[in-house]
Amino acid sequence: MLGNLTLAALPQDHIVLGASIFMGICAVGIIGAITYFKKWKWLWTEWLTSVDHKKIGIMYVILAFVMIVRGFADAVMMKAQQVFSVGTSYGYLPPEHYDQIFTGHAVVMIFFVAMPLLFGLINLVLPLQIGSRDVAYPFLNSLTLWLTVAGAALVNVSLAIGEFAAVGWLAYPPLSGILFSPGVGVDYYIWALQLSGAASLIGGINFFATIIMMRCKGMTFMRMPVFVWTVFGSMALVIVTFPIFTAAISLLALDRLMGMHFFTADFGGNAMMYINLIWAWGHPEVYILVLPAFGIFSEVVSMFSKKKLFGYTTMIWAVIAITFLSFVVWAHHFFTMGAGADVNAFFGIMTMIIAVPTGVKVFNWLFTMFRGRITFASPMLWLIGFIFTFTIGGMTGVLLAVPGADFQLHNSLFLIAHFHNTIIGGVVFGYFAGLIYWFPKIFGFKLSESFGKATFWAWIIGFFVTFIPVYILGLQGMTRRLSHIDAGTGWEPLLIISAIGVLIIAVGVVLLILQFVMGVIQRKNNMDTTGDAWGEGRTLEWSTSSPPPFYNFAVIPTVHGRHAFWDMKYGNAVKETPHYEDIHMPRNTGIGFYIGGIAFLMCFGIVWHIWWLAGAGILGIIIAAIVRSFDYHTEYTVSAAQVATIEGARTNK
Amino acid sequence: MTTEILHHSEDAHELHHNKEAKALFGFWVYIMSDILLFGSLFAVYAVLHNNTFGGPSAKDLFSMPFVLIETLILLTSSFTYGLASVYARHHDRKDMVVFWMMVTMFLGVAFVTMEISEFAKLFSEGHSWQASGFLSSFFTLVGTHGVHVTLGLVWMGGLLAQVLKYGLTQTTVGKISTLGLFWHFLDIVWIFIFTFVYLMGAL
Repeated sequence: MLGNLTLAALPQDHIVLGASIFMGICAVGIIGAITYFKKWKWLWTEWLTSVDHKKIGIMYVILAFVMIVRGFADAVMMKAQQVFSVGTSYGYLPPEHYDQIFTGHAVVMIFFVAMPLLFGLINLVLPLQIGSRDVAYPFLNSLTLWLTVAGAALVNVSLAIGEFAAVGWLAYPPLSGILFSPGVGVDYYIWALQLSGAASLIGGINFFATIIMMRCKGMTFMRMPVFVWTVFGSMALVIVTFPIFTAAISLLALDRLMGMHFFTADFGGNAMMYINLIWAWGHPEVYILVLPAFGIFSEVVSMFSKKKLFGYTTMIWAVIAITFLSFVVWAHHFFTMGAGADVNAFFGIMTMIIAVPTGVKVFNWLFTMFRGRITFASPMLWLIGFIFTFTIGGMTGVLLAVPGADFQLHNSLFLIAHFHNTIIGGVVFGYFAGLIYWFPKIFGFKLSESFGKATFWAWIIGFFVTFIPVYILGLQGMTRRLSHIDAGTGWEPLLIISAIGVLIIAVGVVLLILQFVMGVIQRKNNMDTTGDAWGEGRTLEWSTSSPPPFYNFAVIPTVHGRHAFWDMKYGNAVKETPHYEDIHMPRNTGIGFYIGGIAFLMCFGIVWHIWWLAGAGILGIIIAAIVRSFDYHTEYTVSAAQVATIEGARTNK
Repeated sequence: MTTEILHHSEDAHELHHNKEAKALFGFWVYIMSDILLFGSLFAVYAVLHNNTFGGPSAKDLFSMPFVLIETLILLTSSFTYGLASVYARHHDRKDMVVFWMMVTMFLGVAFVTMEISEFAKLFSEGHSWQASGFLSSFFTLVGTHGVHVTLGLVWMGGLLAQVLKYGLTQTTVGKISTLGLFWHFLDIVWIFIFTFVYLMGAL
């Protein structure tokens, strides 16, 4: 009846038990609060069933912030273990638990923090920037959100019921095969990522089509804001690479569930094929994450330098070049495989070439600032911090791209420092900058600037204190994923400094939350009444009010140049009385939420071999899809008169 | 806030047309990504097709006349579906659309049945997916195509019901075109499977 699920799956050691109880208390608290304030109906009609891209974006960001706490707690636990586990002391974490924590940290941070933040930001801003009322497929947008939530829920459930994977974030076989990982950990990993991967793919198609089909009149490709361009590149990468990811982990699942021999050590399996497949997705994945961050910075630098972006055209061609080059570098993750000098030389050179378009972008940002009137608002601080940090990360990346050097540095902490350098310095800084930058657009008031600046300083100082020692440790030969070191290595002092850095970042995380809390408390002082929150807006999202009405634009704008809103403000465009028309908007639907819930149960069933549940889940999803396809009334009309009333009420406020 | 006048009006017809165009475009993009999924599985098959672990190879296992009949059935189903969509788009003949869609479904079910019987035969002779890396990749590649065809049949059943219920409206005709893309796409994938797995395996 319950497959492999028995009482033995419940937490056995006190740390996991404590975390599970904490998670339970949080869940009960939230449910209790919603019931106490009688908000269930509101929650259901306004949020859970919403197909409004702005609300979906907000929910994505909330998911990311919940998960970043989890991922960061993992990081703190790892660092603490490394400090305490030296010589005769073995720390507080048994190795099998430590292994789950570093796996969980990476999986949570990439799939359930970075990806939701990415899709959250795209949802919040992209339709506004292209002058559209919604995305191409609003229902699929809601579906992707709930599939991502289901995946995140599966990862969190693994904490309390069973275990998580202890095999590293990409689950290399044969270690992740059934022979060496007989527990449910890898299954949780596979099925959580199947959900997240499917969601990313659908989201990628949705936004790719949105950019192609939904731009307002006059917005040609070379008039699109840079953020839209970077998302375009990123989504193209999603469409091309996520199927490879799905294929790779599906084959691993078939090995584990049906006894196939794709990646096993015997019966003609080939484990290196998995490494190739997973990195053919994995390397483009980091560009999927970082390209939109580049786009955010391009918007930020222009706004706070009070200048138009330097070198728009070169910026776009750099995005296109990076998009293509990111496909032909994946083998640099395993130069040590033994593919031979020719193959390694090719991938090494391609990797170095990718630094060229990236360098073009860095110089464009610098030249935008040159002779600009720079306001050091917090998004601008993140930009400047990013330029320093990311350039260092990029240079250590070029170092690692030399196959000869990589043979020495492979799987050392030098690599760990490198990719945190690019992902924290690039992706995290970028998304934080974007959140602060567009927050007033979505909520109508700015966040606390003083806390915003303090957050930045805590993060950037904490970052360097944490990761400079990690670089040095890597050069000294310390390998990644060690839960215990010999006293004779002399690595302990650097590990302690690194752990202190994590504490500084922890202060940054607290300040980040306070930035939001204080922003809400002090919102009366920071209201954005014009819609052009930072005063120098050039792109269309600033042309509508903050927060925008649910239909975004009462009249779809027509664009005559690259700086659409700037032209409206200062150009010769004749300002006529707006002429309203009927607006067609998508209707809310609960089907996305239901499919997410059913998919969660289905995957839980597969993890524990509860086959009736898995079968019922597949059937349920098919039925839900059929029900949806029979619904021919997915849109409703807002009449021109209603629009006029709403607009009148908003302008009189 | 500044606004400008939009000088074209969207009537209901144009709006519907936009919706169908969006769905069709998105489906093209989805098919591109599905090609990548099959591409990965073909690559895996290419890597593993000689890893028989001392067991039988493609040459020993496959019966070419059987696969040829399978292929002809699937190709014919593509043709009959094409007839259905021509009747839907250009002749507004609901009865013919329903008839040819039912023929297509019959052929699709026949194809899936043949595939399952081929798998069952291999399995009963002891050549299951557990026997070798080659057989794992064979069953997965061909089976993934089979699952796609099966889902296509479920979709076609649902669409048939919609055509019977709503008639040939702009929406249902749009959906017929979208399913057509999928169905013909599966045909093309099968031609690659037929070539790379069966024909080249028989060499």
